[in-house]
Amino acid sequence: MVEADALVSAREEVLARLRAARDAGAPRGGVPPTPREYRRVGALAAGSAEVVDRLEETVTEYRAVVFRAAGPGDVPAVLASVLEGVGSVVVPPGLPTTWTDGLAVTVRRDDPPLSVPELDGLDAVLTGASVAIADTGTLVLAAGEPDQGRRAITLVPDHHVCVVDAAAVVSSVPEALARLDPTRPLTFVSGPSATSDIELDRVEGVHGPRRLDVVLVGPPRA
Amino acid sequence: MRIALVATCLGDAMFPQALKATVEILERLGHEVVFPSDQTCCGQMHVNTGYLDMALPLVRHHVEVFADAAEVAVAPSGSCVGCVRHQHAMVARRGGDEDLARAAEDLAGRTYELSELLVDVLGVTDVGAYYPHRVTYHPTCHSLRMLRVGDKPLRLLRAVRGLHLVELPDAEVCCGFGGTFAVKNAEVSTAMLADKMANVLTSGAEVCTAGDSSCLMHIGGGLSRLRSGVRTVHLAEILASTEDGTPARDIVFDTTEVGEGKGVHP
Amino acid sequence: MSSTDLGMPTTAPDGVGFLRGSEPFPAAAHRALADTQLRRNLGHATRTIRAKRAGVVAEVPDWEELRRAGEAIKADTMARLPELLEQLEASVTARGGVVHWARDATEANAIVAGLVRDTGADEVVKVKSIATQEIGLNEALAEQGITATETDLAELIVQLSDDRPSHFLVPAIHRNRSEIRDIFLRAMPGVDPDLTDDPRRLAMAARAHLRRKFLSARVAISGANFAAADTGTISVVESEGNGRMCLTLPDTLITVMGVEKVVPRWSDMEVFLQLLPRSSTGERMNPYTSTWSGVTPGDGPQTFHLVLLDNGRSNVLASEDGRSALHCIRCSACLNVCPVYERTGGHAYGSVYPGPIGAVLSPQLTGISGPDDPNASLPYASSLCGACFDACPVRIDIPNLLVQQRAASIAAHRTPTAQDLAMRTVAAAMVSPGRFRAAERVLGLGRFAGRSGRIRFLPYPGSQWTSARDAPAPPAETFRQWWKRTRS
Ligand code: SF4
Repeated sequence: MVEADALVSAREEVLARLRAARDAGAPRGGVPPTPREYRRVGALAAGSAEVVDRLEETVTEYRAVVFRAAGPGDVPAVLASVLEGVGSVVVPPGLPTTWTDGLAVTVRRDDPPLSVPELDGLDAVLTGASVAIADTGTLVLAAGEPDQGRRAITLVPDHHVCVVDAAAVVSSVPEALARLDPTRPLTFVSGPSATSDIELDRVEGVHGPRRLDVVLVGPPRA
Repeated sequence: MRIALVATCLGDAMFPQALKATVEILERLGHEVVFPSDQTCCGQMHVNTGYLDMALPLVRHHVEVFADAAEVAVAPSGSCVGCVRHQHAMVARRGGDEDLARAAEDLAGRTYELSELLVDVLGVTDVGAYYPHRVTYHPTCHSLRMLRVGDKPLRLLRAVRGLHLVELPDAEVCCGFGGTFAVKNAEVSTAMLADKMANVLTSGAEVCTAGDSSCLMHIGGGLSRLRSGVRTVHLAEILASTEDGTPARDIVFDTTEVGEGKGVHP
Repeated sequence: MSSTDLGMPTTAPDGVGFLRGSEPFPAAAHRALADTQLRRNLGHATRTIRAKRAGVVAEVPDWEELRRAGEAIKADTMARLPELLEQLEASVTARGGVVHWARDATEANAIVAGLVRDTGADEVVKVKSIATQEIGLNEALAEQGITATETDLAELIVQLSDDRPSHFLVPAIHRNRSEIRDIFLRAMPGVDPDLTDDPRRLAMAARAHLRRKFLSARVAISGANFAAADTGTISVVESEGNGRMCLTLPDTLITVMGVEKVVPRWSDMEVFLQLLPRSSTGERMNPYTSTWSGVTPGDGPQTFHLVLLDNGRSNVLASEDGRSALHCIRCSACLNVCPVYERTGGHAYGSVYPGPIGAVLSPQLTGISGPDDPNASLPYASSLCGACFDACPVRIDIPNLLVQQRAASIAAHRTPTAQDLAMRTVAAAMVSPGRFRAAERVLGLGRFAGRSGRIRFLPYPGSQWTSARDAPAPPAETFRQWWKRTRS
């Protein structure tokens, strides 16, 4: 147990150093309370036609492709056109079967979980989303949600189709975070994978899905 | 209004024109200017080079000289006012002198850069100046980011009759002076100066002006060395210049040594 | 470790990691300034990113309020750092993670190497982490026979060319597309020999090169952008998806995090997830942000280790002014707006922390050993123009920290230098109006005038001025003389 002892003493020592430093460098005037004067709620009402339209704009600016479905009943038809030409798609265990029943695509449900090589052999992934942020064009996937599944399924296939209900669309980052459970893994997705590592020019498509299609379900354009 | 002039050590010794111009403008506007003769230096060079302990007596001296000199104080220098406003109290507190820190804060609240004094305190933008030249304005870093003088100098310049104001590309980028930086990191400073000069030349101006003699000494020293044909003139000089008064004086550089040094004779 | 050291704030040790270069800044800058390709690459890249950042910051109406909140959250964090770390430890442990503490780089490297060895793996994939660069983790792992593969595109470029990173966001910012193509052709096994310098083709080459490694990796090493003490939620902010690959597919995840990255609450992320992307990549949001808390059964790595690193941070925390350098969220905005960084690049700073923030953080982490310490020169690598403060999303007063660190450099002089003596003489003259007037008269008469009575090239250090600029001609009379002559 020599190693365990060493770990304990490192912990105690680092904490002791930090306690001494905390006091030695304490601000003479104390620490003022954190001002929270920034906007907690964005400009557009959650779930409104306007906020969905703004999401379409911001998502599109990342060069993701946005499709609109007027209501839940239209989703299967829109998906059929989005997935035209796609051979196989993985879906999370709890994705509504009505979305995929009529598709002319091989549908693999991630139940039991598919292996990484199996995922790598599939063309696309189809999921829902927990919340979407119109200000930033961001979709948030919460691992373990029935229609979102494990993190790996939205990562390995090269094409992600994400269905977002208008009710899940908020204006701002604070509104989105308030709706999320931080104890489950979250993935914030803003457009297809991209890099700016070459001369700070943005290039879409690196390790994550190179193609991102978003189906917005809800009121037609305002 | 009774206004105390902070001459600044560099201004007093090397660039008295800008100070005389400041006096002329303020007196023309009907104000009384006083010059406390015991003044020396605000301590900026010591502070910015890291000699905070040595700067403490300089801060104390400055506060003693100016505390009761007049209602307000003015310097035609953004960086010296920046030091007074943002560093004096810090130096005093660091030296454990809380009374001095409070006195320095009080004085700092009444010490203005020239364009601030004219626009904010005296409420004028047209000071009756005449300067028929093509001018570009370099917003020096300390005026811009320490004092946030914003567009006050530009408003003053736009009101000058005959003056054609042209935009300086990348105006907000530092000219590379930075006090002792210009000698401690002379090569980086020169690289920054090169870009500033290129932008001044691109602007097509015949005159480059600013609110700090020190930055003008740097930009002008470079433009002079290159024999660029563009001159540097302090903002106060332009604002003091009138149709029938003394014309604005340029900052003059010594240009004899390059020809001699290189052995090139006309 | 003697017992008397226990509990004293401590600087980072020498001889391990990359917090100090081998020469003072002006010497390193001399070479960088002469590298015209480097100058062009940096000028282009920083100009591009400055414009992008300005655009996305301008569209946020409450940007200043967010900055103030970010500043205050960080100040609050520092005021109770040990308590928050204990809370973080409890949260992570409760969710199935294992927390380790490392006094310094050597200890952190040993912990990570041991954890990797325990898995039986001799290969790890890494997602960009400046903390692991700081401690020289890759080199330490290599000594143990463990190969670490960097997966961020710019990190990969740096690794393949045996180079050092020069920027937080884009460690290969000093390379342009054709140089990157050459590096790939030279060092990337199995690369398409017809590779062009089209950025899309280069990105695809990196994808192909790393794909198999991602899909088969058993151990990943990451850094952390934030760790919420209340929920144990760690965040990694990235673009390419290499981060997601590392955080999701391997069995074991080891995260190395500087102690200052803790934030009090998960809800504080509502501030930082707005400030960081816009300041960093100049986007409304970066493509991917991953957050996780401990271990999630059935999803992602089933073993999670969090290594909390001091390595000099306690020394920074002990300084009232200086500790704000720990507020940094590594967005690199201050680098991109810095006119010095733009012209010298990051390597000139010697440390893995370059630019304005590096100039005040590195010397505090290592301490300054004396006038010859390369880190003693860093606080002077600035004209104090203040552009960094305006750009900083958490309002770190870098110009003030630079001045404070200059004072620290001087305090490390055991015997006075020539500059110290000169400054002392000038200061003495300046508190005495009589002596000041006398000194001024000397200056006014042209102290260094040559035969013609005018200024020639000045002696050192004035020669540093006249090397590129003419000196102003001294006036015939000082202002003081004029005032006396005309007014009294
Ligand atoms: S100091 Fe501020 S601007 Fe610079 S990298 Fe850190 S957070 Fe960004």
